[in-house]
Amino acid sequence: MTDAHTAGPFIAAIDQGTTSSRCIVFDKDGRIVSVDQKEHEQIFPKPGWVEHDATEIWTNVQEVVAGAVSKAGITRDDIKAIGITNQRETTLLWDKNTGEPVHNAIVWQDTRTDSLCKELGRNVGQDRFRRETGLPLASYFAGPKARWLLDNVEGLRERAEAGDILFGTMDSWVIWNLTGGVDGGKHVTDVTNASRTMLMNLHKMEWDERICESIGVPQQMLPEIRSSAEVYGEVTGGSLGDLLGGIPVASALGDQQAALFGQTCFAEGEAKSTYGTGTFMLMNTGDKAINSYSGLLTTVGYQIGEQKPVYALEGSIAVTGSLVQWMRDQMGLINSAAEIETLASSVEDNGGAYFVPAFSGLFAPYWRSDARGVIAGLTRYVTKAHIARAVLEATAWQTREITDAMTKDSGVELAALKVDGGMTSNNLLMQTLSDFLDAPVVRPMVAETTCLGAAYAAGLAVGFWSSTDELRANWRRAAEWTPNMDAGTRDREYKSWLKAVERSMGWLDESGEE
Amino acid sequence: MARNIQSLERAAAMLRLLAGGERRLGLSEIASALDLAKGTAHGILRTLQAEGFVEQDPTSGRYQLGAELLRLGNSYLDVHELRARALVWTDDLARSSGESVHLGVLHQQGVLIVHHVFRPDDSRQVLEVGAMQPLHSTALGKVLSAYDPVAHNEAVEVEREAFTVRTVTGPEEFEGVLDLTRARGYASDVEETWEGVAAVAAPIHDRRRMPVGAVGVTGAVERVCKDGELRPELIAAVRDCARAVSRDLGAGRF
Repeated sequence: MTDAHTAGPFIAAIDQGTTSSRCIVFDKDGRIVSVDQKEHEQIFPKPGWVEHDATEIWTNVQEVVAGAVSKAGITRDDIKAIGITNQRETTLLWDKNTGEPVHNAIVWQDTRTDSLCKELGRNVGQDRFRRETGLPLASYFAGPKARWLLDNVEGLRERAEAGDILFGTMDSWVIWNLTGGVDGGKHVTDVTNASRTMLMNLHKMEWDERICESIGVPQQMLPEIRSSAEVYGEVTGGSLGDLLGGIPVASALGDQQAALFGQTCFAEGEAKSTYGTGTFMLMNTGDKAINSYSGLLTTVGYQIGEQKPVYALEGSIAVTGSLVQWMRDQMGLINSAAEIETLASSVEDNGGAYFVPAFSGLFAPYWRSDARGVIAGLTRYVTKAHIARAVLEATAWQTREITDAMTKDSGVELAALKVDGGMTSNNLLMQTLSDFLDAPVVRPMVAETTCLGAAYAAGLAVGFWSSTDELRANWRRAAEWTPNMDAGTRDREYKSWLKAVERSMGWLDESGEE
Repeated sequence: MARNIQSLERAAAMLRLLAGGERRLGLSEIASALDLAKGTAHGILRTLQAEGFVEQDPTSGRYQLGAELLRLGNSYLDVHELRARALVWTDDLARSSGESVHLGVLHQQGVLIVHHVFRPDDSRQVLEVGAMQPLHSTALGKVLSAYDPVAHNEAVEVEREAFTVRTVTGPEEFEGVLDLTRARGYASDVEETWEGVAAVAAPIHDRRRMPVGAVGVTGAVERVCKDGELRPELIAAVRDCARAVSRDLGAGRF
């Protein structure tokens, strides 16, 4: 038995997420020593708009770091580095002389740049910048959000052109403040966050002059692009300066990339899928930026210091855990999310029912905004238990579709899928996933893969861990589900699912208005 | 026919009365509807209220059916809810103990494994969720038999098979094992079910202090025991885990 009371030294990781900021202290085995967390306000000024108060976020980050360190009962000498992972694409502009944000941060879910993105597509459409950036013109990404701020905040463009304004995603904001803020704070971002701005050339890892100009973002306000694992600076000044001054700030990774890193998907073809409200799947594609023809995003997976960047393909599913919540809250068929498994387990199969939860259209690999949800194959025989089963199968089939798209784009067959997130406690779902993918599904022992990824990257940067091989050795399998479905059944079921998907399309009229 | 207990009959009549309509009822309405003295009716209502079967509206003072009564019908804890709540704690137990972790509940005449965390050594292992284990010889089964009266009846009534020479099968010896389990707060299984395998388990309670399951570690006897005794730090880790899950389910400190 290893010692239950872990001994130092440690790495601290900050997860600046969409709903909360957290700090977790990890030991050398990658075990959690302490956690602190604080939620921040979600601001909805108009339908479709979502903002965060960046000042509140910075205050919370300082509190949770202090909180986690105090809960662990350790001091600055025990902490070798701090790493950062963050909600991706959320965009902030601030004044470099005062440190004050010029506006609330515009959150990734915010759709205010929809029409701007259409306009930016000009005659080419949403793939205008895809070859350079790996991304379609969509409202998530940071560049157009920055442009919106420059257009809509009085006098901001002049201040930006005069060099007084700094742009950043939340990693940049946190690092700049941690390393001193107005007193010499480091204005940097990492390659993974930069790859979500639509301003970076994916092949050169540099800001793309032409695209910055097309989108209308002055280059002088952009942060320096650095690797995901290197020392950007040291904790300096402020309340944390007293507590943790001098500790290296040594990693930054977008949250999904951090989970890829935390799951130790370091080899080409390794993939992870995070099952929360929605689902994000990333596959390591090695040193190749693979252009997707199947509706996936091409993104940077990570870059360790001077090493070559590692690319990834990304597919997202809008509705997974939220479908279970819908069954609980809107349909009232279950009392808790976990009960979906009880209900679904009371029958042997889906009874012929298929549920396509295209609540806000179909995402990867279809990208059909005119689709809406359907339950197909209903007969008198179908019970709520069959619907519950169809709900779980919907998540598994959508994962299969993304996996197929990844295989098509990359030519790499998925050997095994590493999973994390809340829905991994659903045994039936995990078995179904393995059955539908015809591949093993494995769950790691540390559920907090996002924070762990940031800690790993920071630890590598300061030599706390020697190599990715050492991190791989830290990875522990907590459970593994292996396929147990004959090929005939799988193929027949997949065909039925695809038919149901077909029926969800074209529900909205061409105008796209609901 | 033996005489029924009058106060229980009256309490049942009150519950039926309150279930009859949507209105909340005042004390005097209840008393006159059932032809009881106010003092008698109040005593019964107060008892029902203390048990959670009846609630009193703080402003009007009227009575209505309590949440506890509604829970009675489906009061069992969903095993998948139990697994979801136990996930992080059992992961940590596997990690700190270096052994595999199982979570079990009573099902028919045995222990149903509802959650299984692999031993963290990268060896090939098979998920045992859904498997059944015997009640009388495993650590999980002994914990359930010691704390859950229904499990106890099942364990006492079945024929207790001797899986190894160490399996306790005699009725008195078995009761002795359960007494010891309750006294210590954990149960062990040292080669009583499988040769070469030892386990230690502790009870999980819900917010009403009802035993809802058991959690334990299982491993090679050479690792789990030292000098013929269970390793104390292992016992402590299992009990910590059981307490943490119980706390998550709303049970108070104990």
